[in-house]
Amino acid sequence: MPLILIAILPFLGALLPGLMIRAGRTVCAWTTATVTAAALIGLLVHAPAVLAGEVITYRLDWLPQLGLNANFMLDGLGLLFAGLILGIGLLIIIYARFYLSREDPMGTFYTYLLLFQGAMVGIVLSDNVLLMLVFWELTSLSSFLLIGYWKHLPEGRQGARMALAVTGMGGLALIGGMLILGQIAGSYDLSVILTQKDAVQASPLYLPALILILLGAFTKSAQFPFHFWLPHAMAAPTPVSAYLHSATMVKAGLFLMARLWPVLAGTPEWFYIVATTGLVTMVLGALIALFKDDLKALLAFSTVSHLGLITMLLGFGTPFAAVAAVFHIINHATFKAALFMTAGIIDHETQTRDIKRLGGLRHLMPVTFVIGTLAALSMAGIPLLNGFLSKEMMLEEAERTIWSGTPWLVPALATFGALLSAAYSFRFVIHTFMGPERHDYPARPHDPGFGLWGAPALLVVLVVVIGILPAAVAGGLVAAASGAVIGGDLPYYSLKIWHGITPALYMSIIALAGGAVLLALHRPLDRLWQATPRPEAKVIFDALMAGVVWLARAITAGVHNGSMARSGAVFAVTIVVAGYAAWAGGAQAPATRDLLPLAAVPLAGWFALMLVTLCLVFWHHQRLVALILIGVIGLIVSVGFVYFSAPDLALTQATVEVVTVILLLLMLNFIPKTTPFESSAGRRLRDGAIAVAVGLGAAALTFALQITDFAQPSISAYHLANSKTGGGGTNVVNVILVDFRGFDTFGEITVLGIAALVIFALTEAVLASPVGKWLANRPLNPDKAGDAHPLMMVVATRVMMPIALVVGTYIFLRGHNEPGGGFIAGLIVAIALVMQYMASGFDWAAARQRFPYHGIIAAGVLIAALTGVGSWFAGRPFLTSSFGYFEIWPIEEFELATAIAFDVGVFLCVVGAVMLALESLARLARRSGVRPSPHAMDVDPSRDVTAGGQ
Amino acid sequence: MEYLFSTAVGALTAGGIYLVLRQRTFTVILGISLLTYAVNLFLFASGRLSINLPAVLRYGTETYGDPLPQALVLTAIVISFGMTAVIVMLGLGAYLAARDDRIDLDDATPGATDTAPAQGKGDMT
Amino acid sequence: MNHLILFPVLLPAVVGAIIILVMRFHTSLARTFSVATSLALLGIGWALLWEGASGRFMVYGLGNWPAPFGIVLVLDRLSALMVALTATLALPVLLYAIGSGWDTRGRHFHALFLFQLMGIFGAFLTGDIFNLFVFFEILLIASYGLMIHAGGTRRMRAGVQYVIYNLLGSTLFLFALGTLYAVTGTLNMADLALRVAEIPAEQSALIRVAAVLLLAVFAVKAALIPLHFWLPATYADAPAPIAALFAIMTKIGAYAILRVFTLIFGPGVVATQGLVGTWLMPAALVTLAVGMIGVLGARQMGRLAAFAAIGSMGTLLVAIALFTPQGTAAALYYMVHSTLAGAMLFLVVDLVRARRAGEADWLTPAPLMAQSGLVASLFFAAAIAMAGMPPLSGFLGKLLVMDAVRSHPLVWTIWAVILTTSLVAVLGFARAGSALFWNTLPPEAAPDAPTTLPFVATGGLLAMLTLLTLAAGPVTGFMAATAAQLTATGSYISAVLPDAPDAPDAPDAPDPSDPPEAPEAPAPEDTQ
Repeated sequence: MPLILIAILPFLGALLPGLMIRAGRTVCAWTTATVTAAALIGLLVHAPAVLAGEVITYRLDWLPQLGLNANFMLDGLGLLFAGLILGIGLLIIIYARFYLSREDPMGTFYTYLLLFQGAMVGIVLSDNVLLMLVFWELTSLSSFLLIGYWKHLPEGRQGARMALAVTGMGGLALIGGMLILGQIAGSYDLSVILTQKDAVQASPLYLPALILILLGAFTKSAQFPFHFWLPHAMAAPTPVSAYLHSATMVKAGLFLMARLWPVLAGTPEWFYIVATTGLVTMVLGALIALFKDDLKALLAFSTVSHLGLITMLLGFGTPFAAVAAVFHIINHATFKAALFMTAGIIDHETQTRDIKRLGGLRHLMPVTFVIGTLAALSMAGIPLLNGFLSKEMMLEEAERTIWSGTPWLVPALATFGALLSAAYSFRFVIHTFMGPERHDYPARPHDPGFGLWGAPALLVVLVVVIGILPAAVAGGLVAAASGAVIGGDLPYYSLKIWHGITPALYMSIIALAGGAVLLALHRPLDRLWQATPRPEAKVIFDALMAGVVWLARAITAGVHNGSMARSGAVFAVTIVVAGYAAWAGGAQAPATRDLLPLAAVPLAGWFALMLVTLCLVFWHHQRLVALILIGVIGLIVSVGFVYFSAPDLALTQATVEVVTVILLLLMLNFIPKTTPFESSAGRRLRDGAIAVAVGLGAAALTFALQITDFAQPSISAYHLANSKTGGGGTNVVNVILVDFRGFDTFGEITVLGIAALVIFALTEAVLASPVGKWLANRPLNPDKAGDAHPLMMVVATRVMMPIALVVGTYIFLRGHNEPGGGFIAGLIVAIALVMQYMASGFDWAAARQRFPYHGIIAAGVLIAALTGVGSWFAGRPFLTSSFGYFEIWPIEEFELATAIAFDVGVFLCVVGAVMLALESLARLARRSGVRPSPHAMDVDPSRDVTAGGQ
Repeated sequence: MEYLFSTAVGALTAGGIYLVLRQRTFTVILGISLLTYAVNLFLFASGRLSINLPAVLRYGTETYGDPLPQALVLTAIVISFGMTAVIVMLGLGAYLAARDDRIDLDDATPGATDTAPAQGKGDMT
Repeated sequence: MNHLILFPVLLPAVVGAIIILVMRFHTSLARTFSVATSLALLGIGWALLWEGASGRFMVYGLGNWPAPFGIVLVLDRLSALMVALTATLALPVLLYAIGSGWDTRGRHFHALFLFQLMGIFGAFLTGDIFNLFVFFEILLIASYGLMIHAGGTRRMRAGVQYVIYNLLGSTLFLFALGTLYAVTGTLNMADLALRVAEIPAEQSALIRVAAVLLLAVFAVKAALIPLHFWLPATYADAPAPIAALFAIMTKIGAYAILRVFTLIFGPGVVATQGLVGTWLMPAALVTLAVGMIGVLGARQMGRLAAFAAIGSMGTLLVAIALFTPQGTAAALYYMVHSTLAGAMLFLVVDLVRARRAGEADWLTPAPLMAQSGLVASLFFAAAIAMAGMPPLSGFLGKLLVMDAVRSHPLVWTIWAVILTTSLVAVLGFARAGSALFWNTLPPEAAPDAPTTLPFVATGGLLAMLTLLTLAAGPVTGFMAATAAQLTATGSYISAVLPDAPDAPDAPDAPDPSDPPEAPEAPAPEDTQ
């Protein structure tokens, strides 16, 4: 089976349990087991070749630009770990089938488990470090799900998040480390990196890379000071603890160190960081484990301790130590998984894991007793069990290790660690199984069915067999794996029970004896331990997290406090500063234009404008006044356009002004008529300063542009030259609008149409909401004019109507050659129509309005679009205009241009949009119970009081 | 002349910004319209100022005002009109719904306008 | 001649108008038409992508006027990519809106949706900077309508700020355009590129101002700090499907920065030497940090998603701010990813809201929601994508970005920020997910959302993300080619202005009667 398939199989298989659970829990379990078994077989097929020293590879390009490729390789180390992951995984799956209760969603469990399994296999088979990173993070994520599996348990959720936080942090550090490593080695493929030892260790980036990578490894393998997450991960169901937190995931860190051992190991940095961390972790973990009463907690810390042991061995950096490490990885996986399952059985049967409530189980649960005891003694390092062998090797290596000139330190601490390890192992056996039988177990304990004890039993058999015939059973695997770690010739070592009278033997004896003594003294020691104050990692972590979250909230709420004024001020200041900086960074071109002469008229206009603007700023609290002043400013601006020979602009500005003021009036009809004084003097000063700064900026920019000329002649020269010949119009502005840049205009009328639609939709939303009812029944405001529709105005507007229409048409038609055009015409007509609404009331006008404004808008857009499309049939692009001169008697020659059709679209769209917008706003003002007045002219309010539409 | 024009643009901008920085929707809308005048004038002036020039092509006339900015300003005027209409309606709708024309949102204290559940920190430790 | 390039703009406009004209009261008809249009746009978008992938330029002179005097639409790899992306995003979002019934909670949803698409497509395709402004306005005003779709107090008040802020942005845009025109005398981007390049350093002050103002305008769109204030409330309070569509809106800002600051104010331009990168990189880093901190600090799922969007824009702009081909390629890959991922996250937000009492999305214990498992797994996937965790494309995108910054002086800072913020985001998402799906109260009569279409739409986005991940190799290849084409501005200019550089100052130049047919200029070698 190709390697990629072995890695992918569990992922694909992860889809099955969710489905198979419908067929029952057993079927679900067996399906899952089959998937794993298939992968395992696929792996074992390669075993002979690998054990023979061959390296099997599989390469597939994924993201070559980055050097991230799906390259896999299988060597001794990979085989060892993949074997552990899949083999123990298989046992766990069977065990879990009988462990999980009916309430637990088993399909989900197996799905998560397979996801995790795939990720782990991926890590150990990756030949590409980036690919390894992918799987690495996946283990963090899947273990997050597994730890939080019992989602009703708060400690489960918190443990899951803690594990994710710690291992995720390490994973991100690892990303950095791997990127650096790849940069040094020039490739992300392990097969290349592993050959680059000298280059890597010589590089100045070696230390940062090493630290980052080790961060990843230490967090994953729960090394001090990151050990605290592991015990809290024990909130997971026991199968998970046995699988992730003893046999596999926590070994990923060790795997990484072993994998990169040939490149990174052997330097003093490596020795002091790794070996020291391992040593400290080993002793500390063992010490804590000795005083834990929860069986799983005890095992958790013992795991921490043993991981520290292996880390230390890898840290020594000597080939022999590497062999010992590999061997202990195998042994620890066997006895620790068995122990976890035993603890699970005890928990399952007695409903408690509190060692203080247990004891005397040996008669009640003989099978469990045998299994548990053998595994525990192996952990303690009793001869004839595999734990003894690797511990001997560890002690032997420790004995010749010198730590910064002190030869006794490492051996002493190693022995002490072994001693503690023996102590808690004995405690596990004695306090659980030995002693008098008790009568206060939460549940009546008895041995479970084979389903539960079968898996640990099998592991214990391994423990014993390896313990007795190490070389025969495990020799080949150890050799192959160690060879892969060392990447060179194996050192001399022999896997056998009796090495003769060596220092290691003495140390071992001391450890065992001391362990027994320590256990005897456990009660007083325990009291002492409980009395001594210790930093509780979880408390610190929680406080840290709480602090971080609080900070995040404070920052977020502080920055985004929802104040428009502040974000506006930030906006303004940013623009001014950036603009000024850009300006100051360059050089201003010399003045090339001479200024226009100053005249009296514009000066007067200027004074007026300045004055009105000032008044507006000062009187803006009186909203009606402010509105009038805005109108005045608008008029001054349009007069200004006239003065600067831009009549089209003037007309548009003026008409738009009228409609805008009407809109604002309609708004003002509902909202308060005054703005309260609410900003402090300081605030006003600040805003004023900002405003002045921006104003100065704008003025300076305007002036700077006026005194310099175009860098190159403007393209408008072309427009002037081709307006008549190419566009068929002498009003260049209009020709630009409907022809040269007709596409802009098309977009612009669309904007106008959309605006009207939005306003309409908004009105509907408001009227549909409770507000609508309130509006319909709100009290009439008392100071309303008694005469809603003054006779003069009604008459005037109705007389004006046809005139306005004529004017509009005229303006429209002449638009192409004289100032005018679709917009202005549209606005004029719209204003005329609005006047009808204002004069005669909404209902009167609405009743006489035959075409829905929606339709008019849409028609406008469509006409404009279709005019443009028309040119396709002439084989020309969209909006290509054509024009011709026609003569129809008695009218003299006149011109027809397709642009005029386009302008019709503009006209309609403008009329429709303005009307729809105003009509929508006006509909808000209608009250319930108002009938359209039957009279053509509503001049006498006393006749029909209710006919008072706004 | 250019001095007058530039200072006028500057004054309109400054006034607009000041009003935009106030707390009530209506005032802010007025500020936006001031800014619109300012930017329209500015855009118009990007073709350089000119007086007493024919608005349309005439035989024998060589110098015209730059027509392109005028077209751009026309587009800008119409677009900003549409925008103003929308913001007017929106501001009105917001006022009617909330009975309050303050423009600031109270994001710092979430739930002030929504019905927040009792802020039990739940699983947040 | 080939009008294909015009369709993304014209088709939605026409169909939108037709919907308004004849079927504004017929929901089912409107739905049919808008879905059909979105499908058509999807086809057109990918056809254009195919066209653009050839490396040739497609130039469409509107009104048959030669550039730079008329407006041109230009299709190159970048614009084709953006158009295809938009079309690909639009369909699932539309289906979701229909499936969840959002489109019937207010008026004119489908018309506004189509007009929104029209604006976005136009912004990507136009080769004229003032026309870009017009399309910005179209997509903005449509987005106003969509953002406040269905009304509601909170939404309308947030809408006011959204509109006001963008009105300020539009005003600034006009100031920038005025300055640009007053200095160069042209509006066509290719022509601008030619003319700006000739401005000597001793006359650079004004053009520099124009450049910075333009950058600010686009930065507002791209939610670059400190111009991002419009985003959180808008995205959090808009209808979630609309927020999902808005995932492309911030990318428009990013696109505009890429386009304008490689073509017109490229790194090689004397006048604006070293003006942009210096401003952009730090701001992008702060944006990334603030966004992800917001993810951790958010109390509501909507705001969490909004801040996640800001954070992803930060990452994207970090890559863009490099202005190197490698950085641009990474940026493009990440842009596609974050668009799809952000949209998916917002759809999940709506899935949750629809299943909680009162549509509340507070990250506090609530009754177990209907279809909790399915929603949870979709959230998990979206969170992984947004946080940039494996196996989804976010991780690849992040690696590409980190790989691209190697040569940058700030490389260590950038790496530190990216990695730290990822951790912060992971924590934020983990807390949110645990609060939403794990820490639940016993189920009570919680609202259950009826249809399956929402799940299909959300799953569709997830499928696209997966595809983007699996096909990372070919996709990044395309992105690299796109970046190369973008860097080689000469090909763009010569495609738009065949007889450059002496085209501009010739009033009697090409007679508008003969069509200046889009010259399918063969791309230079380095774009292949």
